[in-house]
Amino acid sequence: MSGTDAIMVGHLSKRFDATLAVDDISFSIARGSTAALLGGNGAGKTTTLSMLLGLLDPSGGEITVLDSPMPAGRYRVLDRMNFSSPYVDVPHRLTVRQNLTVFGRLYGVATLKRRIAELEQDLMLGEFIDKPTGSLSAGQRTRVALAKALINRPELLLLDEPTASLDPDTGDWVRSYLESYRAASGATILLASHNMGEVERLCDLVLMMRRGRLVDRGTPAELIGRYGRQTLEEVFLDIARGTGRADEFIARADAAQ
Amino acid sequence: MTDLAPAITGSLRRISALVLRHVYVLRTSWPRLLELAYWPVMQVIVWGFISTFLRTNSSWVAQAAGVLIAAALLWDVLFRAQLGVSVSFLEEMWSRNLGHLFVSPLRPWEMVLGMMCMSFIRTMIGMIPAALIAIPFYHYSIFSMGLPLLAFFLNLMVMGWSVGIAVAGLILHYGMAAESFAWVSIFAFAPVSGIYYPITTLPEWLRPAAWALPSAHVFEGMRTVMFEQRFPLGHFFAAVGLNLVFLALAGLAFVLAFRYARRRGKLLAMGE
Repeated sequence: MSGTDAIMVGHLSKRFDATLAVDDISFSIARGSTAALLGGNGAGKTTTLSMLLGLLDPSGGEITVLDSPMPAGRYRVLDRMNFSSPYVDVPHRLTVRQNLTVFGRLYGVATLKRRIAELEQDLMLGEFIDKPTGSLSAGQRTRVALAKALINRPELLLLDEPTASLDPDTGDWVRSYLESYRAASGATILLASHNMGEVERLCDLVLMMRRGRLVDRGTPAELIGRYGRQTLEEVFLDIARGTGRADEFIARADAAQ
Repeated sequence: MTDLAPAITGSLRRISALVLRHVYVLRTSWPRLLELAYWPVMQVIVWGFISTFLRTNSSWVAQAAGVLIAAALLWDVLFRAQLGVSVSFLEEMWSRNLGHLFVSPLRPWEMVLGMMCMSFIRTMIGMIPAALIAIPFYHYSIFSMGLPLLAFFLNLMVMGWSVGIAVAGLILHYGMAAESFAWVSIFAFAPVSGIYYPITTLPEWLRPAAWALPSAHVFEGMRTVMFEQRFPLGHFFAAVGLNLVFLALAGLAFVLAFRYARRRGKLLAMGE
C-alpha cells in the first residue's frame, strides 16, 4: 500500500437500505496500469467507480486515490483525475469547443486553447468542434466525452463502459487512442466494461465482480488459464452463471476475504 | 495569505466557468432571451393600464401614480431571482451534467455562487426592458426612487436566491419529481408579501407570517418611500436581518440535500 499504487481500496462496502451493492471489496491498482472492473448488470461496478470519484459516500471501508483519502480528500485530487460515463452527458446545447472551454476552466487547465487544439487534432474533432454537441452522432459524442475526460491530462482516468453503443470501427479507434494515451502519459486507467475483447486487449489487471463482491482477479491470461477457458468472455459467463470452475474459485476467494 | 490567494483565484475561475456555461446557452438562444424579458414586460403593460384606470378612480393610487407599476416590477425581481437560481440548477439536471460537475474540482458552494451570478444576469435581462418601457408608456420611471430602489432590489434578489437555493435542494433530494417547485414555490409568498396592498389589509392573525418575510418589509418600505417620501430604516434592517436567516437556512437545506444525494448515489443518476 505505497505511493506506487494509484488506487487502494480496503474493505469497501456500500449499502442502499436492504441492498448491499458493494460487499467488502479490497484491491489496489498500480500507477501506469490499465485495470478493468468486470461483472454483469448490478454487480457493483458503477457503484464502485462512483465511490472512487467521491460522488458516492461508502458505507464502510477505505479508499485512497493518488495518495489522498476519498471522499474526505477529494478536492486535493479531483483536478488530477477525470471520468466518462454513458450515464452522464455534457450540455447538448453547447458546441464541442464551448463544452471543452467550460470543463477546461473548471479543471484549471493552463494554455487551454492549445490543449483544445491538441485534442481537436488527436481525437479528430475538427469537423464538428463548433457544432452543438446534441447534434452529433453516437460515435462523435463518444469522442467528445473522451476529449472532456482528457482535457486536464488526467493521471487517473475512470471510464464507465467507454465503448458502449459504438460500432466496431469506432470502438477499436477509442481503444487504440486509450492505449496511446497511457503509453504517452503514464496515466492509470480503470474501466468498467461489458466488452471482453476490449478488456483482454487493454488491461493488465481484471477485477471480477458478482453481486457486489470481488470474486476473482488477475491478468486476462491468468483468468483464462485458471478457469480452463479459451476467452475472457467464457470466464465472465462462468462467473456470472456460477458454471464451470467458478463456484470453486468464488468459494476460495470468499474464504480468503 | 499566500495559500489563500490561489484558492480564491481557483474558486473565481470555477464560478466563472459555470457562468460561462449558462451564458453560452443564452447567447445562442434568442427565444430564451426573449422569454426572460417577455413576462416582466407583459406585467408592466397590464399593471400600467390598471394604474391608469385607478388613478382617476382610487384616491390611494392617485397619491402615488407609479405604486402598482413599481410593485409589479419589484415582484418580478423576486420571482426572476428565484427562477434564475432554480433554472440554472435545472439546466444541469436536464442535460444530465451534474455528475460531470461534481467529479470536477467544483465545490457545491461555488456552484451556488455561480447560480446566483446567473440569476442576477437573467433578472437584469428581464427587468431592464420592462422598467424602460414604463417610462414612455406610463410616464413612470422606477429609477426615480433613487438609492432606496437599490436597497429594495438587493433585498428581493437575496430572498429570491434563498428560495431558489432551497428549491435546488428539494430537487437534489427528490429528483425531477420536485421540478414544479421551481415554477410555483415563490407564489406561496405572494399573498402575504403585500405586493399591491398594505400588510394591514391582511387579517390580523396572518400579519405575523407576513412580517416574517423580507419581501413584506420591502413592499411596505417601497410604499413608505412613494407615499411619504422617506426611507424606512426599520423595514430595511428587518429585511436585511430576515434575509440573512433565509439565506443561512437555504444554504443549510442545500448542503443537507447534497449530502443526502452523495449518500444515496443520486449525483450520477440524476437527469431526465
